[in-house]
Amino acid sequence: MENKDNKMRTEMNQIELIIGKILRIGVIISATIMIIGLLLFLITGTSGYAKNYIPSNFKTIFQGIVHFKPYAIMMLGIFCLILTPVLRVVVSIYSFYKEKDKLYVYITSIVLVILIFSLFI
Amino acid sequence: MIHIAITMIILGIIAGIAGAILGLGGGIIVTPILTLLFGLDIKYAIGASIIVVIATSSGSTIAYLKDEVLNLRVAMFLEIATTIGAISGALLTGILSPKYLYILFGLLLVFSAYNMVKKLLQKNSNVKEVTNDRIATQLKLNGSYYDKAAKKQVNYNVQNVPGGFIVMFGAGLASGLLGIGSGAFKVIAMDTFMKMPLKPSSATSNLMMGVTAAASATVYFFNGSILPYIAVPLALGILLGSVIGSRIMQVLPAKWIRAIFVPVLFYIGINMLLQGFGVKL
Repeated sequence: MENKDNKMRTEMNQIELIIGKILRIGVIISATIMIIGLLLFLITGTSGYAKNYIPSNFKTIFQGIVHFKPYAIMMLGIFCLILTPVLRVVVSIYSFYKEKDKLYVYITSIVLVILIFSLFI
Repeated sequence: MIHIAITMIILGIIAGIAGAILGLGGGIIVTPILTLLFGLDIKYAIGASIIVVIATSSGSTIAYLKDEVLNLRVAMFLEIATTIGAISGALLTGILSPKYLYILFGLLLVFSAYNMVKKLLQKNSNVKEVTNDRIATQLKLNGSYYDKAAKKQVNYNVQNVPGGFIVMFGAGLASGLLGIGSGAFKVIAMDTFMKMPLKPSSATSNLMMGVTAAASATVYFFNGSILPYIAVPLALGILLGSVIGSRIMQVLPAKWIRAIFVPVLFYIGINMLLQGFGVKL
């Protein structure tokens, strides 16, 4: 029994470390995209768009990225950053599932559903 | 252009450090500076502020691969209240006058600041006597953390879960309505109402703020309130600052954190009261 407990604990430790790494990678990716966009913006001295225009929908942003427009790349980086807390919720569901904590799998799933719902209002 | 970027990065680092230590979003520091000092339109300041909140939260999340201080169960359980609150707030914009909300929350903040002063003046401000609470036990909310400043493992119980849940709903409502991270209220809900120690309260608040802010950030993102040349260097600075800040927080004595937190609470509280009564500074 004790052996089993120990095994479970090492496994949980392992999972927590992996989750920590996933989150780190998520933040590093968004920071990298933002840095590239910012450098491009500072070097070229232009946003890639008319004055005061901000690309704020997926279509314009992706079209802008293809043409290396600084603002489009910067907005993509920001969007990735907005997704990092959502990623935190998703990996938490997995962690509670591995811990066999059903109650918290449900609770965390409710949070995720509310977050997804908020995208449509 | 380059000096704006550098200024924003430096501002971000400072706000990130302060935010991560206190469990605040940093928006409370950034918004007044952007509007008052840089003359930025409030719409863009709020857009930048919501990104600042997320960056503070994510930066402090990744500071450690394994966060031993944070209480994930408390975070997720209370997150139900904050996200529903945030959505209600977003839906209520335009119907409910934020005036009353400002006054209500201003009073709550000043009251909490007063409570914290009382605690600061007491000896052993860290130790809290908390009896076993039925709801907290059922929801497995009690926890423990290793305090690096005191160099010992601290076990704690939480109490008054419904009270904390209601304040969290209010915090979410304020987030959605006013476009703030409302980290101060989250720390209050856990520290003052649920009697959770300050360090786990602050760390848990950091995680929760990111999730709450993500719910409203997409709205600001798609309606064009986010100015990339402000938000991007600010976010980069914040990420760096909050990684540093959350490392400082773990080794800082809780009493110090409280001593920094109190004037900040008074400041925000009085600001909100003035806003509510229509006084422009």
